[in-house]
Amino acid sequence: MEQIQFSEDTLALVNRIIKRYPEGKQKSALLPVLHLAQSEFNGWLSAPVMDYVASILHIKPIEVYEVASFYSMYNLKPVGTCLIEVCQTGPCWLRGADDIVEHLQNKLNIKVGETSSDGMFTLKTVECLGSCGTAPMLQVGAAYHEDLTNEKVDSLLDKLRNENKRSSYMK
Amino acid sequence: MGKKFLLEHVNVPGIETLPVYQSKGGYASVEKAIKTMTPEQLIEEVKFSDLRGRGGAGFPTGLKWSFMDKKSEKPRYLVVNADESEPGTFKDRYLMEKLPHILIEGMIVSCFALGSKTGYIYIRGEYMYIVRILEKAIDEAYKAGFLGKNILGTDFSCDIYVHPGAGAYICGEETALLESLEGKRGNPRLKPPFPAIAGLYACPTVVNNVESIAAIPTIVNITADKYNDVGIGKSAGTKLISASGHINKPGIYEIELGLPVEEFIYSDEYCGGIWKGRKLKAVVAGGSSVPILPANLILKTAKGESRLMTYESLADGGFVSGTMLGSGGFIVMDETACIVRNLWTFARFYHHESCGQCSPCREGTGWMEKVLHRIEHGHGHMEDIDLLVSVAKKIEGNTICPLGDAAAWPVASAIRHFREEFEYHVKYPEKVKDPKHFEKEPFVSESLLMNA
Repeated sequence: MEQIQFSEDTLALVNRIIKRYPEGKQKSALLPVLHLAQSEFNGWLSAPVMDYVASILHIKPIEVYEVASFYSMYNLKPVGTCLIEVCQTGPCWLRGADDIVEHLQNKLNIKVGETSSDGMFTLKTVECLGSCGTAPMLQVGAAYHEDLTNEKVDSLLDKLRNENKRSSYMK
Repeated sequence: MGKKFLLEHVNVPGIETLPVYQSKGGYASVEKAIKTMTPEQLIEEVKFSDLRGRGGAGFPTGLKWSFMDKKSEKPRYLVVNADESEPGTFKDRYLMEKLPHILIEGMIVSCFALGSKTGYIYIRGEYMYIVRILEKAIDEAYKAGFLGKNILGTDFSCDIYVHPGAGAYICGEETALLESLEGKRGNPRLKPPFPAIAGLYACPTVVNNVESIAAIPTIVNITADKYNDVGIGKSAGTKLISASGHINKPGIYEIELGLPVEEFIYSDEYCGGIWKGRKLKAVVAGGSSVPILPANLILKTAKGESRLMTYESLADGGFVSGTMLGSGGFIVMDETACIVRNLWTFARFYHHESCGQCSPCREGTGWMEKVLHRIEHGHGHMEDIDLLVSVAKKIEGNTICPLGDAAAWPVASAIRHFREEFEYHVKYPEKVKDPKHFEKEPFVSESLLMNA
């Protein structure tokens, strides 16, 4: 099995993050460190990855599991190379979010929650991302794509396909 | 043009950098506060300014500060709530993205006032790109001597850190936020004790919204007296309004509290009127949690007075005919919007975001989502409408935190003001099966037709 280990740079960053909190309160670093782990280990948190994070922060694995399963940004199952998250709450719906979701489903030939057969895209609907004034919108990694039209979605998909880079909130 | 305390310089190129921000008077309040004022004077000044919490609850900020336990030997913390997640609200995102230094400046002064040496910005994880903007601004502030040890040569020292969340609306509730900041699930705490006594790491803590803290530099610079000259009565100063939905100009607007709602919706300086030449149907004035009002009641109170953008005027009539300023998330719906479908998206939101700790909220939000789904999709029964009212009533007031109320109020108010539209969904199931039913044929109230 592949050894689970942060890169040296990431480990240094983890240690800097831990220092933001008082002595003995290193558990506070859990959320930021889980973000780093998800980004470094293929876009999701497997049980061994969570155990590794627990060992770094000197907490019990269960303390990591219960947190990872609470927050919607942590993926507990593998996702496609690019995770597309479309906002569907009221203000986005008023401006046509449903049409964007339908277009994406047709274009990628998958339903919400599924991954395209080439493993490139996972499509997810999410609740309000705080972009109501530029609705409809979607998020891929850290990037917000706003004031969407079907054409904008098409060119974004082309761009993501060409770049072929794993989406990450940390990049 | 109204006064702009926050966004006056927002369009100046490079305003996100410290030198440009300083050239526009930035960080003047730090010098004034820590060199010429005492913490007690600052707290009095903020109290006197009538600044109210800009996150949604509208609690007086100075009063909140005065609750901080001063006898405790423990460290004190300032935590900025940047977990902005209330549907319809995107003002803190705008402020932090465009003017990161105004938040940092406000935090330094606030930390000094509160006797806190450490401030955390808890920002929703989805705003990760803003984490980088804030960290860059914080770095600049350290290098310029506004942060770190012995700020501006005084014996005041202060550190600020940014802490990302990971996708949970509930962490906007201050005690859930503190749990999350401690690396736990975002389950709200039982109160008392309040955070001012036992907050982060059981130490005295003040949690304030981004926009509240960003107002502090202005209050220090121009004095509380001049700050509360703007606004009306206990609605003092300016407020950022997030405008979205069926309007010509969605976006963030800084308004003087007291602006007539009608002017805000129709003036070209603000929303620019309803899009596509359509008519106004309804407004959710303060984020998804507050009661929805039909056009006639958002423009004028039940007494026939012009409705103003103030805490008091929006609340006029209580929940029978009024609403709340809330977070200032102003969601506008035109005549083609389906109130039931919009409400269903809200109910789905609250069900998704309930932390699951209290049964009325965990189960009730799920029930409301399910029942609304079936009404909206043409499978509803007449008795479902009263069932929704009954579920909402059983959630309200029966939970540890206000998420339950926030889920119940939109349901209760939508049925109060738009019952006929719910009944229409039950009477004409075939018509509403098309998700765009009212875009094709706008709903017209039968009772209005009969009266005409």
